[in-house]
Amino acid sequence: MNKRILATSLAALTIAASQAASAARDHISIVGSSTVYPFTTTVAERFSRATQFKTPVVESTGTGGGMKLFCQGVGESTADITGASRRIKQSELDMCKENGVDVIEVQVGYDGIVLANAKSAETYKLSRKDIFLALAKEVPNPDGSETLVANPYKTWKDVNPALPNVKIEVLGPPPTSGTRDAFAELAMEGGCKKFDWIAAKKDQDKNAYKSICHNVREDGAYIEAGENDNLIVNKLVANPNALGIFGFSFLDQNADKVHGSVIEGHAPTFDSIAEQSYPVSRPLFIYVKKAHASVIPGMKQFLAEFTSERAWGEDGYLADKGMIPLPTAKRQQVAKNVREMNALSNLAQK
Amino acid sequence: MTDLTQAQVRERIEQRLGSRHRKEKLFRGLGIASIAFGVFAVLLLFTDIISKGSGAFVQTAVQLEITYDPAVLGIEEVNEESLTWANFTGVVREALRARFPDVSSRSEKRELNTLVSTGAPFTLRDRLQANPELLGKTETLWFAADDDVDTFVKSLDDSAEGFRGRTSDQMASWVQSLKESGQLEKRFNTTFFTNGDSREPEQAGIRAALVGSLLTLLVTLALSFPIGVAAAIYLEEYAPKNRWTDLIEVNINNLAAVPSIVFGLLGLAIFINFFELPRSAPLVGGLVLTLMTLPTIIISSRAALKSVPPSIREAAMGMGASRMQVVLHHVLPLAMPGMLTGAIIGMAQALGETAPLLMIGMVAFIVDVPGGITDPATVLPVQIFLWADSPERAFVERTSAAIMVLLSFLIVMNASAVLLRKKLERRW
Repeated sequence: MNKRILATSLAALTIAASQAASAARDHISIVGSSTVYPFTTTVAERFSRATQFKTPVVESTGTGGGMKLFCQGVGESTADITGASRRIKQSELDMCKENGVDVIEVQVGYDGIVLANAKSAETYKLSRKDIFLALAKEVPNPDGSETLVANPYKTWKDVNPALPNVKIEVLGPPPTSGTRDAFAELAMEGGCKKFDWIAAKKDQDKNAYKSICHNVREDGAYIEAGENDNLIVNKLVANPNALGIFGFSFLDQNADKVHGSVIEGHAPTFDSIAEQSYPVSRPLFIYVKKAHASVIPGMKQFLAEFTSERAWGEDGYLADKGMIPLPTAKRQQVAKNVREMNALSNLAQK
Repeated sequence: MTDLTQAQVRERIEQRLGSRHRKEKLFRGLGIASIAFGVFAVLLLFTDIISKGSGAFVQTAVQLEITYDPAVLGIEEVNEESLTWANFTGVVREALRARFPDVSSRSEKRELNTLVSTGAPFTLRDRLQANPELLGKTETLWFAADDDVDTFVKSLDDSAEGFRGRTSDQMASWVQSLKESGQLEKRFNTTFFTNGDSREPEQAGIRAALVGSLLTLLVTLALSFPIGVAAAIYLEEYAPKNRWTDLIEVNINNLAAVPSIVFGLLGLAIFINFFELPRSAPLVGGLVLTLMTLPTIIISSRAALKSVPPSIREAAMGMGASRMQVVLHHVLPLAMPGMLTGAIIGMAQALGETAPLLMIGMVAFIVDVPGGITDPATVLPVQIFLWADSPERAFVERTSAAIMVLLSFLIVMNASAVLLRKKLERRW
């Protein structure tokens, strides 16, 4: 009975929408991060199969590129939703506001970033400090004085005597990638902060602090291996001495070839990322254009599908695709926010 | 003048003959070595792609006995609505449970449900909608297995253990049992050719991308060929040779070498932002690729016109033909094979482009097969790019399979260009 009511109302809605704006776009247009892309596309596909709406068109433009397209303005030639593998920046929010775009922030889940190596090699047990010392362009002087020197470490053993005597060789994404940004912020800065005198710089000179913590060495120890994570996995298999940086879902799918390094006592597993005990994980967002929600057919239903338990829940189909779900309370809070269509006014608001 | 006797000359020539022959051999050897290197590279590429991609043409399928039980489906009276919203997932689950009756715990049941593709209920929906008389009856059907199961089954060919990363012992034992009873086999993967993109590898196909490529190329051909030929004819047959035409010629040659992403940016600025054409549409893709292939077509068409000997023009004019008659009746038919070759090569180039399409929104997830030039669409190379970037293991072989399809199209196009030239070309 319920289903019938739903079907009739959906049909009526579609007809009403198509008549009200006969020239309007009849599909949802989504842009944004390539990390969120696998999840938005999964929801898009299920949504179109279960309803009478057209399949949303999902473009993979990168987080920054997506924000640009999204904040261009309101109207059917602009995107309805953008995916982001980091939170919206103040500058982007300002751009959106300038163009009259009200955004609704929807945190959808987490993504873990792993440092993995071939299964034939031993599992590394690293701390974020080890990662920072091994990969930063400039590191604190090993003699203990509060100065910076060009990174002198050649092997992992140099960094930390407990680690194997293997040349430092890390394959990772280029600076244009959101994964690289997140890695620099979560892993490297996390280790960098452990030096009190560097951490003290954060308040005095934010730019200097950022450049110390985020700059990756350029002497060949860090190898930019392109945006394609499958390629990194293949290179790791060919070179057991190297470590690679990529998203958790690629580790999950290639568990026969590579294993993830333990970071600060936590191996990258579904549970450790969901519990937030694995330190290198980042939130994933979608941003929705409020003004489009009632104009583009299917927007509200699409959001309802995305925030339903069968999609983003602990046993939902997105978890199966490698997205780590939010804690239950947080999920309920976000879903409520989406139903009420509360726009984001400033970044302080959580 | 030095006086050399014939014998001395002969002696000197013979002295150098050995080294000249050696140099000759070396020269030829270098040529052969270059070709061998090229052939080796092509062979390496093909073996790699074919060995990786051939697996995608088969798909593990599971046979299930499906009962269209109205009680499970929740159908009280048969109409279009009830058939659309019926609980087909429940029917698939019932069938799986009937096959493995000793599965009892909740987690085991959940796992059992992931044995077949999530597309199975929709297959049943389409079937029952087409044949409502099946309601209440039982039939045996084959369903695509889930991609993890498919990857596992295929990996069993390489090693006895197989790839068990995402397959539990439980699942492996079910697979074994199905295999023994003949209810699990690898069948030809028709889905790959009939479906659009999907996040589930076992349901993903290249149809939408193929149709998108076709529509985009149609727009490109319809625009670039007439414009290119008209421009070439004017420049060759009518235009005076002066600074202006020199400038135009330099510019055309320059445009042929501009990186294709620049045309994408141009397309974004002009067609989408200024003319407000829809994003992701083959129409805009075709327009952008037209800009990109025009220089190629103009240059090759001009070369074809140039190769028609002036005596033909002079003879026609001598018979009192007008300029237009000379061109349309005599020069153009003779130059046509060369022009067509240029057009086909231009089209083959356009078929392989992704960069300019990024800016205009054709690097996108498209499930629905586009029905016209303004529907959202993507193209084959973009589909390959998107699959290559996907985490799911089963997409690795699909990526290579899509490359094989793209390569075969390119080979057909380039071969027809060569054939056309061989067949129609006239020499003077």
